[in-house]
Amino acid sequence: MSVLVYVEQVDGKFKKSVFEAVSYAKAIADKQGGGLTAISIGNVDESELKALGKYGASKVLNVSNDQLKNFVNQAYASIIAEAAKKENADVVVLSNSFSGKGLAPRVAVKLKAGLVDGAVELPQLDGGKFLVKKTAFSGKAFAVTELTSAVKIIALNPNAFGVKESAVDTTVEAFSPEIKATDLTAIVKEIVRATNKVSLPDAELVVSAGRGLKGPENWGMIEELADLLGAATACSKPVSDADWRPHSEHVGQTGIAISPNLYIAIGISGAIQHLAGVSSSKVIVVINKDPEAPFFKVADYGIVGDAFEVVPKLIEALKAHKG
Amino acid sequence: MKILVCISNVPDTTTKITFTNDNTQFNTSGVQFIVNPYDEIALSRAIELCEGGKGTVTVINVGESQTEPTIRKALAIGADDAVRINAIPRDAYFTAYQIAEYAKTTEFDMILCGRESIDYNGSQVAAMIGEFLDIPSISIIKKLDYDGTTATIDREIEGGKEVVSVTGKFIASCAEGTAEPKIPNMRGIMSARTKPLVVVEAKEIEQVAKVQQFETPPPRGAVKLIPAEETAKLIDLLHQEAKVI
Repeated sequence: MSVLVYVEQVDGKFKKSVFEAVSYAKAIADKQGGGLTAISIGNVDESELKALGKYGASKVLNVSNDQLKNFVNQAYASIIAEAAKKENADVVVLSNSFSGKGLAPRVAVKLKAGLVDGAVELPQLDGGKFLVKKTAFSGKAFAVTELTSAVKIIALNPNAFGVKESAVDTTVEAFSPEIKATDLTAIVKEIVRATNKVSLPDAELVVSAGRGLKGPENWGMIEELADLLGAATACSKPVSDADWRPHSEHVGQTGIAISPNLYIAIGISGAIQHLAGVSSSKVIVVINKDPEAPFFKVADYGIVGDAFEVVPKLIEALKAHKG
Repeated sequence: MKILVCISNVPDTTTKITFTNDNTQFNTSGVQFIVNPYDEIALSRAIELCEGGKGTVTVINVGESQTEPTIRKALAIGADDAVRINAIPRDAYFTAYQIAEYAKTTEFDMILCGRESIDYNGSQVAAMIGEFLDIPSISIIKKLDYDGTTATIDREIEGGKEVVSVTGKFIASCAEGTAEPKIPNMRGIMSARTKPLVVVEAKEIEQVAKVQQFETPPPRGAVKLIPAEETAKLIDLLHQEAKVI
């Protein structure tokens, strides 16, 4: 009995969501009384791989191959499935990242395994059952799902479990399973990534704005506030529909669902579809000039006031706070 | 060219979600069902790619007869024909298997679906179909161009995009940006009634996942209002009380 965790590298480095996935996988391994192995694909330095021991991975399988430097869904899925067989893993954990969402289902089919994606808690292992809680109805509810297959796969939502240290000694082992030519059909041509900004799905702090901002030219103060906080920027659906902001910033039922530690909503009334995508945020701050805005009903802190007056004051106060 | 588009029948986005039978079943009473909004984006892009007689679009749904109004809506938007695989889509594995088995019986160039369904929020079906058919799957795309043999696709990644090129059959799951959702016109609505809708029976496969219980999020405490003239206080509260900054 063992747990396998896939550790997704970006430019040879691991992000916080990976340490979170390893911490989560370690907690499952401890519950089951088994070991934890990580599988890394791409070119990652040994020191970076060894650092996974801090979160409980006692073994790291390292697939270092130039052909696999970039994410190739099919080949990566084959490797993870092979690693699971090699390690005799009965639980496979991945991050529910964009790549994870593409990988986990393929691994599930290869291993004839049930998959829970969007997991928010550790599995409950009561009376021989394997139950995992996940978000459903776009954050309006949770579904406790039972996996009944021999192998179980879990894709963990970012920022749901947290990073937990549990240091062990780690050995790194080279792993080079055979890769079918048909697994390399899709070719990555180009990667465009903003390196100076916090990405929204990973962000712990999010500053979001809506139609109350009146136009795209007014986003300067939103970006300034986000920069000061080290937060990602987000927006409501009408804003991305009007092309004031890119679709990738749209949070809500038909955009992306997020669960940051802090969500600041500025000039967003709080339609049910928007609330669905942000309701699992740990702390919600609402700034709106309409005291009747439905968003106040789910907020922790609120300021009834004009965004154009409140946000500059907030920026000033934050600058003072940071000294 | 032939494009298969998978559509899911989901509660309208304004639905207040409640459960029955001791929180084990979604309460469908009074709920309006729609084409999953992301699937609508996939369908709209498929129709655009086939415009001008370049191809045909077949929509596929795994569902019992009550999903037919949703299928007719997809036909009204502009799909040429439809297939309903007659079964309750009990989990993603089952649903993907049914669609893959059907796809094996027909010609197609690509399969498109939405990035996830807005009910169970699985984004599993597309990549599972890809695996069952052993073809590339590109998950969560925001742009799709196709020259007849090769597709050039923008895939969403954290903080940016990846441009992927794929030649031959593939499946992709579509997010916002891939296309503007099309709205059915009167002609579409009229013709949808007579477009072919074939019903095929599902195949048996072992169940691997089952929802045992639903929960609704715990209610939040009352909002703490800060007067606008004391905005600076908010920073103190977030730092000292909420401890998030």
